[in-house]
Amino acid sequence: MSTIFGSSIGRKLLMSLSGLFLVVFLIIHLSINLLLLVPDGGQMFNVAANFMTLPLIKYGLQPVLFAGFIVHIIYAAILTAQNNKARGSAKYASGNNTKDVMWASKNMFVLGLTVLAFLVVHLVDYWVPLQITHAAESITIDGVEMHNTYALVNAAFAEGWRVALYVVGALGLTIHLTHGFWSAFQTLGLSNNIWRCRWTVIGIAFAWIVGLGFAAIAILQFVFYQ
Amino acid sequence: MKLDSKIPQGEMAKKWSNYKANQKLVNPANKRKLDIIVVGTGLAGASASASFGEMGFNVKNFTIQDSPRRAHSIAAQGGINAAKNYPNDGDSVHRLFYDTVKGGDYRAREANVHRLAEVSNDIIDQCVAQGVPFAREYGGLLDNRSFGGAQVSRTFYAKGQTGQQLLIGAYQALMRQVNAGTVDLYTRTEIVDIVMVDGKARGVIARDLVTGEFQRHFGHAVVLATGGYGNTFFLSTNAMGSNGSAAIKAYQKGAAFANPCFAQIHPTCIPVHGEFQSKLTLMSESLRNDGRIWVPKKKEDVDAIRSGKLKPRDIKEEDRDYYLERRYPAFGNLVPRDVASRAAKERCDAGFGVGATGLAVYLDFKSAIERLGEDAIRARYGNLFQMYEKIVDDNPYETPMMIYPAIHYTMGGIWVDYELQTTVPGLFAAGEANFSDHGANRLGASALMQGLADGYFVLPYTIQNYLADDISTPRMTGDEKEFIDAENEAKAKFEKLLAIKGERSVDSIHKELGLVMWDFVGMARNKEGLEQAIEKIAAIKKEFYSNVRIPGSGEGMNVELEKASRLADFIDIGDLMARDALNREESCGGHFREEYQTEEGEAMRQDDKFTYAACWEYKGEDNAPEMHKEDLTFEVVKVAQRNYK
Amino acid sequence: MENNINLTLKVWRQNGPKEKGRFETYKLDKISTDSSFLEMMDVLNEQLINEGKEPVAFDHDCREGICGMCSLYINGRPHGPDDDVTTCQLHMRKFKDGETITIEPWRSAGFPVIKDLIVNRNAFDTIIAAGGYTSVSTGGVPDANALPIPKDDADEAMDAASCIGCGACVATCKNGSAMLFVSAKVSHLALLPQGKVEAARRAKNMVSKMDELGFGNCTNTGACEVECPKGVSISNIARLNREFLKAKLAD
Repeated sequence: MSTIFGSSIGRKLLMSLSGLFLVVFLIIHLSINLLLLVPDGGQMFNVAANFMTLPLIKYGLQPVLFAGFIVHIIYAAILTAQNNKARGSAKYASGNNTKDVMWASKNMFVLGLTVLAFLVVHLVDYWVPLQITHAAESITIDGVEMHNTYALVNAAFAEGWRVALYVVGALGLTIHLTHGFWSAFQTLGLSNNIWRCRWTVIGIAFAWIVGLGFAAIAILQFVFYQ
Repeated sequence: MKLDSKIPQGEMAKKWSNYKANQKLVNPANKRKLDIIVVGTGLAGASASASFGEMGFNVKNFTIQDSPRRAHSIAAQGGINAAKNYPNDGDSVHRLFYDTVKGGDYRAREANVHRLAEVSNDIIDQCVAQGVPFAREYGGLLDNRSFGGAQVSRTFYAKGQTGQQLLIGAYQALMRQVNAGTVDLYTRTEIVDIVMVDGKARGVIARDLVTGEFQRHFGHAVVLATGGYGNTFFLSTNAMGSNGSAAIKAYQKGAAFANPCFAQIHPTCIPVHGEFQSKLTLMSESLRNDGRIWVPKKKEDVDAIRSGKLKPRDIKEEDRDYYLERRYPAFGNLVPRDVASRAAKERCDAGFGVGATGLAVYLDFKSAIERLGEDAIRARYGNLFQMYEKIVDDNPYETPMMIYPAIHYTMGGIWVDYELQTTVPGLFAAGEANFSDHGANRLGASALMQGLADGYFVLPYTIQNYLADDISTPRMTGDEKEFIDAENEAKAKFEKLLAIKGERSVDSIHKELGLVMWDFVGMARNKEGLEQAIEKIAAIKKEFYSNVRIPGSGEGMNVELEKASRLADFIDIGDLMARDALNREESCGGHFREEYQTEEGEAMRQDDKFTYAACWEYKGEDNAPEMHKEDLTFEVVKVAQRNYK
Repeated sequence: MENNINLTLKVWRQNGPKEKGRFETYKLDKISTDSSFLEMMDVLNEQLINEGKEPVAFDHDCREGICGMCSLYINGRPHGPDDDVTTCQLHMRKFKDGETITIEPWRSAGFPVIKDLIVNRNAFDTIIAAGGYTSVSTGGVPDANALPIPKDDADEAMDAASCIGCGACVATCKNGSAMLFVSAKVSHLALLPQGKVEAARRAKNMVSKMDELGFGNCTNTGACEVECPKGVSISNIARLNREFLKAKLAD
C-alpha cells in the first residue's frame, strides 16, 4: 500500500491542510494589520510587528509558514499539471456551458498565481527590508529598539499605484478563498449536504472579510493617514 | 426431436430438494479444468457468471454493450417478488407458485414454477447481502408493495429502479470475479454462432464489434442469457440493442424454440406519438397501485378532448368510465397485464380512446393525491413522474397520464428442461431467453425474480449435473475444424449482407416488419391476419436480402451491419411467432385469438387441445419448422378459467 | 405543442481510435419538437444512409435514461441543455428553430474515442472491479431482515446507488476526475452495514485504481453534480475523502 500522499486524495489533503494553515496565518496577519488603523502614530503596530523578530517566530514559525506556502504552491502546480493531462489533449469545440459552477472553483490556479505575484511584491516591500537587509529605519519604543515598520508601511501606501496593486491582490485572494475555504473542508471529508452549505457561507463571508479588510487598510492608509 | 423435461420425482414441494440431493457434482479440482461460456450480462447472465466464478469454474462472459451494467434488466422499474410473507398477509411459497401458474394462464411447467417460488426468498437475502438498497420502513426492515395479479404484498423494490439496483448487485458480484480472474469479460462482443462438436455445444463464434474481427471461443458448456425478442416489433419497451439473435442461432443449431407467440403487452406505456419514434417507454406497473385508469363515458367528451376543447380534469366524476374497476371489481386496476392491456384496447377500439391518435387511456392520480398528499405520491413515483414529464411535457401531478399498451416481454423462448438445458446438449438458456416459468403471461415483478433465480440458484446446481460427465474432456484450442467451419460460415453471412448494397436502410425495413407484427401478431390475432402476416414477413425477408443498404465495411465498427444481422434474425423470429400464433387456436395470456373469446370479451382457453408448450424445430432455411408438443400436466394447481372479477 | 424545426448540426466524425477526427456539418429539416434528441440522430442517420454516406456512430441503448449508455456532449454540456436527464431523455423542444447544435464525444484522457461519438468507458468497470462490491458469494447469507437498516441510511445509499455510470461527471470535469463516480459507489456501500465490513479496503483500492487509470484530481468545482443526470451529490465525494483518509490513517 502506497503512502497516503501518493494518492490523489492525499495530494488534495496536503492542499487542504496547507490552505487552512495559511488561512490561520491570514487571520493573524489581518489582526496585526488592523493596528495600522489605530491613530497612535503606529506605536501599537510597531510593537506588534516587532513580535515577528522574536527568534522563536523568526527561526521557528516563519520557516513553517514558508513551508506552508511552498507545499501549497508546489502541489497546486503538480495537481494542475496532472489535471490537464487527465483532461486530455482534445478540447471541446463547444466549450463548457455547465451552469451553477462557481467561477473561482475553475480558476483556482490562476487566482493562486495572482496571489503569488502579489506575494512576491509584498515580500520585497516588507519582508526583505525588515528581515533580510534591515534597511528599514529604527525607532525606540518603551526603551526597546525596533524597526519602524509603521513608517515603512505608511510610506509605501502613500503611493497610489501600490495601493491599487494591493487592492487587486486582496481581491484575488478573496476570490481564491471563496472556493478554497469550503473546498478545504470538503477535501478533509468534513462535509455533507448540510455542512456544505454552512462551509460555503462561512467561507464566502470569511473571504470577503479578509479581502476587504486588507484592501480597506491600504485605502484608508492612503486616504487618511498620510 | 426428443423433449424430455426431466422433472424430478416426488411431490411438488420436494422435487427441487430431491433433485439437489441426487444430482451429480463436480469437485473443486475439476471445476478449474472446466470452461463455461455465458452470453449476456443481464440479471441471469451476470448472476450465473458470478456464481460459476465463485464456485471455481473458468467463465467467459460476453456482452454486446460497453459494460455488463448496461444490460436491459437495468430498466425494470417496479420490483421483485418473493414469498417472504414479511407483511404477514398470507403469502407463502405455495401461493406465489399458485399465483404464477394462474397468472401464466396455465401454460407453464408446474415443477419449474414451484422451484422459482422456493428460491425467491434466497434471492432477496442474497441481494441484501450484496448491498442492494431496497426500500425500508422506519423500523429498518424491508418494505413491500402490491403488484398486479396478486392479493398479497410480496414485491420488494428500490424506488422505481429495482432492476437497476438488482443488476448492479449482480454486476458487482461479476466484477469481483473478473478481479479474481475467474471470469474473462468480453465487452462490445457479439455471439454470431454456436459451435457444435459431436452433437454438443462446445463454444461460440464471436464478433468484436469494435474491430469487426471474428473470434473462436471454447466452452465445455454454453449458457445463453440474452433476453427476449420483443424488438421484433421494432417499437417495444426493450432497449435498442435487445435482440433475439443468439436465440435464433441456438434454434438453427437444433434447440427447440417454445411458444414464440407468447409476447407480453404491457398496459402502461407512453403512447406512440410520431413516425420518428424509436422506442416506447414503460411506466411501471406499480403506478396502478395508486393510479386509476379511465376513459370518458360519453363520445362527445371524447371528441372534445381530442380536439382540445376539454381537458381531462374537466370531465366530471360521473362521466368517467373506470373500466377496470367496473369490469373486475375484485382486482380493479391491479388485474394482470394481459387483462389490463386488452381492456384498454377494447375501449379504444370502441372509440373511447383519448389523445391525438385516440390510442390512449388515462392513468389518474387525482384521488391518490387527495388521499395521501402530493409528497407521498412523489416519494413513491417521483422518478417515474419526472420521466413522464420529460418525454410528454405534461405534469402528471396535475393532469392524468396518458398510457397505452406496448410490447414489453416475451414469455416464449428457447425450450429448456428442468435443468435449463435446451434440446442441444451442453447448451443452456436462462432468464427471459428461455421459455420456462411464465407460461402465457408473466406477472409483474416476476422477471427479475426468474432471471436471478436461474443465475444464482438454479444453473449453479444443474450445470454441474451436466459437467460432471465432462471432467475428462480436454479444452479445445478453437483451431479444430468445427470451429473454423463455424467461423467461416459466420463470416460468409456478414459478407452476404454487405454485398447486397440495396436502397433501403435497416431501420426502414425493421419498421415495416414491426408494423406487420403489431397489426397482425399483436394484441389481438386471428387466423386470416396471421396467414397474411406469414406472407408479408416472407416478402419483407425477400426485400431485406435484396434491397438492404449497409454503408461501410466489415472492418472496424459498423453499427448498421450489427443492426442488419440482428434484423435478419428478427425476421425469422417474426415468422416463427406468426406460425405459433396461428397454430395455437385458443386465447391464453398474452396470446389473444379473436375467434376464441367469451361473450364478455374475455380470453377463452382450449385446455383439451392446447395444454402444451409448442416447441418448434428448425428444418432448414427453405423449409417450414416442425412443431413438437411438450404436454403440460397440472398435479397441484387446479386448472380453471382465470377470474379477476 | 408539437412543432417542426430546422437545424444545423456540427457533428464530430472520427473513423477509428487512432484516426484524426473532424467536424462535419449537416442540415436537418422538419424535426418534430416532440422527438427525442436520439430520434433526431436517427433521422440524421436515415438521411445519411439514403445519401449513401456512413451514418454517425453514437452509443445508446435503453432510451429511457437508466442504462447509462448514451453519452453526447451537446452545445457545451454533457447530455445537453436540459437538467437531470440523459441524452436519450433530452427532447427537441429544448432547441430553437434554426439553431446550430454542436455534438461531440465525451472528452477525457480516461475515455478515448472509439468511433465518431462513441468513447471507451471500460475504466469505470475496472474501478468497480477493484473493490466496488461486497465480498459475499452466492448462498449462505443471513435472512434479509436479520439486520435492520435505518430508513434514512437506506435512502441515502439508494441515492448514491442511482449512478448509471454514464461518465458525464468525467466529461464535464475540468480535471477529468472520476471522483463522483467512485464516491457514489463507495458511499452506497459504506452507508450499509453489509458494505461497512470492507469499507476501508474498498475506498483505498478504488481510489488507487482510479489514480492508476489517469483520472484527474478533484478540485470540488461541483460541475459533476450539476451534470449528473441522476443528481448524485458531491456530498458523496466528502464521504469518499473521509472514508479514504480514515482508512489510510488506520494503516
